[in-house]
Amino acid sequence: MFLKQYLIPRLIQYVLVILLGITAVFFIPRLLPNDPVLRTIAEMRARGAYLEPGAMDKIISDLQQMYGLEGSWFDQYLAFWGRLFRGDLGVSFFQFPTPVLDLIMTALPWTVGLLLTTTLLSWAIGNLIGGFAGYYADRSWSRTLDAIAMVVRPLPYYIFAFALLLLFAYLLRWFPVSGGARLGMRPSWTWPFIQSVLWHSVLPALSIFILSAAAWFQTMKLVVQNVNAESFVAYAKLSGVQESRIVSRYVIRNALLPQITGLGLSLGLIFSGALITEIVYSYPGLGTLLYNAIVNGDYNLIMGITIFSIIAITTSVLIVDLMYPFFDPRIRYM
Amino acid sequence: MRLFRDLLRDVRFAVAFWVLCLLLTFAALSLFSPYDPTRWGQVPRDLRPSAEHWLGTDSNGQDVFWNATFAVRNSLIIAVIAGVVSRIIAVIVGMVAGYRGGSWDRALMFLSDSLLVIPLFLIIVMMAMLIRASLNLATLGLLLAFFGWAWDARLIRSQILSLRERDFTQTAILSGTGTLKLVLNEYMPYAMPLIFSTLINNMAWAIGLEITLAILGLLDMSIPTLGTMLYWAINYQAILLGRWWWVLTPITLSVMLFIALYWLSVSISEYLDPRTRVQRVGA
Repeated sequence: MFLKQYLIPRLIQYVLVILLGITAVFFIPRLLPNDPVLRTIAEMRARGAYLEPGAMDKIISDLQQMYGLEGSWFDQYLAFWGRLFRGDLGVSFFQFPTPVLDLIMTALPWTVGLLLTTTLLSWAIGNLIGGFAGYYADRSWSRTLDAIAMVVRPLPYYIFAFALLLLFAYLLRWFPVSGGARLGMRPSWTWPFIQSVLWHSVLPALSIFILSAAAWFQTMKLVVQNVNAESFVAYAKLSGVQESRIVSRYVIRNALLPQITGLGLSLGLIFSGALITEIVYSYPGLGTLLYNAIVNGDYNLIMGITIFSIIAITTSVLIVDLMYPFFDPRIRYM
Repeated sequence: MRLFRDLLRDVRFAVAFWVLCLLLTFAALSLFSPYDPTRWGQVPRDLRPSAEHWLGTDSNGQDVFWNATFAVRNSLIIAVIAGVVSRIIAVIVGMVAGYRGGSWDRALMFLSDSLLVIPLFLIIVMMAMLIRASLNLATLGLLLAFFGWAWDARLIRSQILSLRERDFTQTAILSGTGTLKLVLNEYMPYAMPLIFSTLINNMAWAIGLEITLAILGLLDMSIPTLGTMLYWAINYQAILLGRWWWVLTPITLSVMLFIALYWLSVSISEYLDPRTRVQRVGA
């Protein structure tokens, strides 16, 4: 039953979302009024990109293939998918002729490291504190935290990261201004390098962490306040169950379920936010790669990052959703 | 009027309301600006704040104070276009999905779920990159509107779903009310508060994205917005050179704007329906 009612529809949806997203990526340059190939080349020229002789011809033929300007739209569409299945995202223009996929793979560990730690930590800590703050809603510490969240929550990633950068890197000079490690250091598993990486990641991680923890805190607090009003909590209290047990075992546990769905739904937003944060701190992940691609007019690289991200994010959301049954017995025994 | 008085009792609403009034006045001042916002070199460069130039001048030779009035106005225009147009899409999608149900519902909700899962920021960057030449206040607003309706359509749909189960729906249908009339006359008033609070949230989202796109250099940099002001300040190394008045003006204005919009939407939705707070503050 579980398989048929939950797993299979979810998998079908997963495939369809990827199909839809990548189809959109395919059609966007074709539906817009100007010729994508000429447009891209003009863009690169306007930005004074240096190209070796002969590189231009390769780029034009590459672009024509990528935008698949030979044959009918349907042929083009099939060819596009054919390339994707071979893992071929074309070559980057501004770092010609490095394949886009190689650039993405170099940047990926930075983004994954930053994103994984901040997302998990902010979800866990935000929900835990939010849970207690919701249960003890009239204590003064709960109100203080709520007030802080009310101020932090609405700020967009860019502004918040930039404000932290101004304060801690320029004004107080506690942390480095930009980069992923000290300049000139080669990636290795040595202690000085790891130390440098951690040191450089404090501010970017902190800004993503605070923003998303504030969001989890707020929703969790409200959910818990609603759960609090349910009769099973009153019953537990009347039967003399310890307060700490009620909060952790009954209230927070019940309130966590919508938060898991919420995590799945907000992964896309958190990911975009992380890209933007990376740009602020010139952190060498996908965000900064994207920034360089935009500044250099490298449409192929932008398209590659987008396609890659669509697949990565929908897959992560799928994984989160598939974990749901472990937490909700109602689905497990369905 | 009573409603307004009640709302003002909420500190957050009062603060947000006055801050927004202040910002709107500020934006309206742009009508009296002695300078043309699109022209550079009208005043001496890089002056500190003084009696003559209240917030100093920037490296483009523009007066920061007067430029900021245009910036707030233009950012608000983008936000209003994005917010209103995406509200229209969200209302239509939400109402059709909620009222028609069945395969319409499944198809539309699949579409909005997809928009929620796909990293839209990247798709918007791709599009902005290609149409940059024709990206002005209106087209940027429309671009953001096109992608900004998904979450709110879901919220409206769930409200319509619950309204459809109410008795008055049956009464209306049995007494011969047409579908369109039923939806517009009977459901709209119930959905209005929700639409309004999502409008405010959506406007904040649009301004945030406008700032981000501007920083990436994807907008027309000659139009002053909160984003393009910040772009120029960063581009001219205003931080390293200690020109704090230039950097802090757009930052302070946008922080005020974001907090005011958020507090307004939270206090209004809590006032209207404390039980569904969760949905609206939701992720």
